[in-house]
Order: sequence, then structure tokens, then C-alpha cells
Amino acid sequence: MNGEKSIQIKSSASALYNNLSVLRIAPRCLTYFTVVHANVVNMVSASWDGLNFSHRQLQSKEGNIAASSSLIMQASWCVLPSRELLVLTSQKGIQMYESDGSIMVYWHALDNPETPTVTLPKTQTFIERISSGSVLVFDIPSKGSNVMLSEVLEEHRDAVTDMASECSGSLEYMADLVTADDSGLLCVWKSGEDFQLLHKIPGFDVSCSSVKLWKGTVAAGYGTGQIRIYEAVTGIVHAEVNAHARWIYSLDIAPFSGLLLSGAEDSLVRVWHLTMNPDANSVEVEHLYSECITDTQICGAKFCDGDGYAFAVTGYDLSEIIRYTQA
Amino acid sequence: MSSKTLPLLFINLGGEMLYILDQRLRAQNIPCDKAKKVMNDIITTMFNKKFLDELFKPQELYSKKALRTVFDRLAHASIMRLNQASMDKLYDLMTMAFKYQVLLCPRPKDILLVSFNHMDAIRDFVRDTPSILSQVDETYRQLIEMYTPLSGGEFQLIRQTLLIFFQDMHIRVSIFLKDKVQNSNGRFVLPTSGPVPFGTQIPGLIRMFSCSGDEVKRVQFRSAGNYSSALREGSFEMYGERVIKLGTNMYSVSRPVETHMSGASKNSAQHTKVSTAPNPLAKEELNLLARLMGGLEVRKPANPDSRFRVNLFATDEEEEEALISRPDELSYEVINIQATKQCRVSALLKATTTGGEFRPVTYGYKGSNSNHYATSNSCEYAHIEEILFGL
Repeated sequence: MNGEKSIQIKSSASALYNNLSVLRIAPRCLTYFTVVHANVVNMVSASWDGLNFSHRQLQSKEGNIAASSSLIMQASWCVLPSRELLVLTSQKGIQMYESDGSIMVYWHALDNPETPTVTLPKTQTFIERISSGSVLVFDIPSKGSNVMLSEVLEEHRDAVTDMASECSGSLEYMADLVTADDSGLLCVWKSGEDFQLLHKIPGFDVSCSSVKLWKGTVAAGYGTGQIRIYEAVTGIVHAEVNAHARWIYSLDIAPFSGLLLSGAEDSLVRVWHLTMNPDANSVEVEHLYSECITDTQICGAKFCDGDGYAFAVTGYDLSEIIRYTQA
Repeated sequence: MSSKTLPLLFINLGGEMLYILDQRLRAQNIPCDKAKKVMNDIITTMFNKKFLDELFKPQELYSKKALRTVFDRLAHASIMRLNQASMDKLYDLMTMAFKYQVLLCPRPKDILLVSFNHMDAIRDFVRDTPSILSQVDETYRQLIEMYTPLSGGEFQLIRQTLLIFFQDMHIRVSIFLKDKVQNSNGRFVLPTSGPVPFGTQIPGLIRMFSCSGDEVKRVQFRSAGNYSSALREGSFEMYGERVIKLGTNMYSVSRPVETHMSGASKNSAQHTKVSTAPNPLAKEELNLLARLMGGLEVRKPANPDSRFRVNLFATDEEEEEALISRPDELSYEVINIQATKQCRVSALLKATTTGGEFRPVTYGYKGSNSNHYATSNSCEYAHIEEILFGL
């Protein structure tokens, strides 16, 4: 991998799980990045020719107007069939913006909220509440701000840490969503009129901080530095990787190539390859590459494109997004 | 973020403060009895029951300014005086030391072991004074009760909350630079070698299984690090070996403590400009602060001659110079609440809050050890506007 020119951001990254979100806008040859710093979200838009960068900062809000000092837990893009939304979850509630952060579309107050959001390739977004471990399902219209809470999924008893939807783009897999919590429990769901719980993969009392779902396979990163690969619907363990020496903060999958990216507090970013063997119902994991970001605890690691040709990394106290591309 | 963070922040910062003061008292050859009195007075104040009860309530972390005010008060709880420059330096050292400990904790839960290291040292400072010792023991019990049931994930949340508090602080500390745990740019060295945390495996192994659960393949990969097996787990009881060295006293008379201001100012451009609109939380924080300060017993000695000044620098000239040359962005802008007479401060705070959310604070806590109450004639009032708009 080559180190490419880093992108400077206006303030440093906070130590939060999955603290980097990437949105590729092919028609405009741009990529957007967001990184959370306390109560502010730093957004950078980078042109693919590497020449133009523009910055924007969004602050957490109280209600839908007043600027707030409440901390933001996560900022990520939700890609829906007809639109993309930038969703911020703060201690006070959820704010949804148009994808460039220019207009706030919706605000939802929560009494003791937070964390991650994920989209299903239909018309819904999920955000969950940390206090009760419940998962909120919203219906998003194809335009406008008529967002509605449609369902609450109550299966986790510990705080939910991450969620992922099936990212292969294929409809052949039964599981649509996986949710993970602080006890390491993974819940696998099928979406629909009402969500259906397909399976619960028990934890082993270690927090699962990051999870991904690809071709019916769950990749989960844990506080012990281990990555486990499961079959979503049955919970069968395909592989166990002693991947990192510290807490894993971020996982990502490049859906077209099966590359898996992991970033942890141990300063390392690693790239793996997942190979499916549908005949044997097994998955092979191969380590491809490691990179050490010296003296930095990594908090976000994401591929910049569906092939995994490039990836970007953020670290605690670091005011830049470091990018790598395949050599 | 976690509402259980404040007690750990306070106790660990307090512990570091005591290490530094202990070193300076010895380095300046302060007579034994005076030095002991200072340490005892500060520890008694720190572990005052009312104060700790407030601290242990679930709440958000204080702002840096508010916390600095608490420590200012704590440092002056006895016959020792510190000039502004020395107090600034003391606070810099305390915060950078704890930031280092939080960052380098192998597991988030180990922050509790770091806290016990500080507590163990504090207990040792007061081992000859049973009354203070019992306060310290009570605090151990409170810590154990509150924190030992928490999961790894909850500790990680506490750690993340602490790291937000310490974000962008890169003050260079001479003792860290010398030991090569901090780089010249102010960032801490994060080693990629040594024992893995308790519960973690050494990276390198991939195991693959068949659908019936049998292991079918093992592959080793090159892990780019030099790790060894985990050490045994430290003890979370009142007494016991903590195993982790973070949080133990790294100062001694021969290792002076200096900070460098110049390196730090480079990072000021990265400070996020927080909105200048009045912070609605500030009022709440002010109330909390007042309650907390109310729990801090104010002592002034009967004999003003017993007071003495401690310098965190090698000479008075250096201290003077440090005050002048300190970069603006590192100024702590301490809130000067010198609560003396009960009614005065009550009235003051009542006048500046609305809605009657403030209740009168009781000063002059009657404990078995209390001797004197503040009777100073001049009363410095808090700059309330500063608090409401600056926090």
C-alpha cells in the first residue's frame, strides 16, 4: 500500500468507535469524510484528483436550532435508494441532515441516547438507545422531512455498540441486519413490515465494538482484539483471528472484493481477505497487510470504495485523515 | 458518555497532585512537621465525606475550568501557598500524567487499578493518622462498590469520556521526555511491544473451522509488533498487588519536574472554537460546583506565620518568567470562589441564578477534625458572568 496525501481536518478525532464515515459521490468525483470531535462533526469533501478540499463543521443541537455542547457519539451517512442522509447521534438526540450537511431534515430527541446508525437498502434507518439497548427503526421518505419512528426492537439488554446491514447488494441472503452490544451479543434480523429476529449469537462477556454483514457472513471485532467470522443465520463460527493486541475500534468490508479492514487501539490497521467456500460452508481468512500509525490509537478505518482499492484511517488526537491506496 | 467518570478523574488527578507536592516539599526542605501537615490537610479535604458524596453522584464531567477551580481550592486547603505560575504548572503536570495513564492502560478496566495505585499511595501518606485513614478506607469501599460491577464496555465508555476531556492536550513534561515516554511534539509514545492485556491473545493466529465446529486450518501471520503473554490480573480489592505500574509515584527528590510551554502552543490552532452562545449547562454546573465547594472544608491556621510558599520551579525568577510567558490559550482562567461567610456566598449565587434551583450551601463542615473556619476579611467574589459565558 502507498501512503497518500493525508487530509487535514479542522479538529482532532475523538476516541469513539467507528469514528470515520466515508461517502463516495461518483457523479461529482468527490468523496466526503466525517470525523467526530466532541460536540462537533468535521466534514471534508475531497475531489478525486486530489486538488480540491472543502471543509464544513456541524455542531450538535438542542431541539432543532440551539447549538449544544452535548457530545456527539457518531456521525455517518445512510445511503437509501433515493437519497443520502447524514445522521448524527448526540447525547440529546438524533439529527438528520442532507448528505452535504447543509440542511437539517429531522430532529428526534432522546432522553438517554446514542450510538450508531445503519441503513437498510429500503426506506429505513436505525438508531438505537444505549440505556435500554433498544433499536429504533425510522421510515424515511424519498424526499422531504416526514421521518417517522416505525418500530422499536428490544432484544439487547446491554448497550448497543454497532449495527450493520447486508452490504453485498444481493437479495439472496436472508439476514438483513446485525446488531451488536457491550456483552458481545449479536442479534441477526430480517427486515420487513415488522422486523424478525433470526438468531442470537451469544457473546462471551467481551464487548463487540464493530460489526459488518456481508454475503450472509458476520465479521465482529471485540475488545480483546479478536475478530470472529460467523454465519449470520446459524451463528456457526467460521473463523477466529487473534488480530490485535488491544481493543478493536473499527471494521469495514469492501463488498466487491471481500477485503476486511480492522483498526485498533494498538496503532495497527490490518487488511484481510475473506474467501467464501459455499460448498464446504466455510470461510477462509487471509492476512494481507498491516500498517502501523505510530503513537496513535486508531478510532476509525474505512474503505473509500467498494473494491477496497483505498482506505482511510483516523486516530485519537490526530487532526488528519490518513489515506492508503493499493500499490 | 459515562456519568460515572468524575470520581475517577478527581481521585487520580488528586493523587498525582499529592505526588508532585510531596516531591516539592522535600526538594524545598520544608520541615517535616509542616510538610506532613500540608499532606494531611489536603488529603482530609479531598476525602471529606460530603464532598465525595457529591462527587460520586451520576453526573457529567465538569469543564476544565470548573475542575481547575476545585483543585486550586484543594491545593490551598492548608498552610501552603502556590503562586499562579506554580499552580498552572502543577495542574499541567497532573493532567498530562493522568492522560498518559489513561492512554496506556492495557484494558479500560485497568483504569480502576491505576486509581487503586493512587489510593494505595495516599493511604501510605496518612498511615500514621487513623482518622484520615478511615476516610481513605471508606473511599476505597465506595470505589469498589461503584466500579467493580461495571463491564469492560462501560469502562471503555468512561475511558472515552476521559479522553475527550484530555483531547488536544500536548504539554511537554520534562520527566516524560527524559524517560522517552513522550515525543518532542508532546505526543505520548505508544509501545507496540510488551505483555498483551489480561484476556487478550498475542496477535498472529488465524483459526478456521468447519460447519460442525472442528478446527480445519491454522495459519500464523506476521503481526508487526513484539508482544508477550499477559501478566496476571491485578487485584481489585482494598489490599492487593495491582500489577500495573501506571499510577504509581514516578517522582523523587532528584527528578525535578518541568514543563515546556513552547511545544504546546503549536496545537492551539486545533482547538475547536466552541459556540460563544451562553451555555445552558453552565448554571447547572455552577450549582454543582457550589455544592462541591461547600463540602470542601475551608481551613485557615490560627497563626499566619506558619504559612509558607511552595515553588514548582527551580527559582523564583523562573516562576516569574513562566507566568509572563505562558501562552494565552493555555490560561486556565480560574474561577475565584473564595467562599468565606455562608450568607455572603449564598446571596451571591442566589443573585445570579434564576428559578430557585440553587439551594443555600453550608460552609464550615463540622467534622471531628475541624478546627478553624475561614474568617478572612476580604472576600473575593466569583466572576459569575465568566462562568456562565465561558464554560
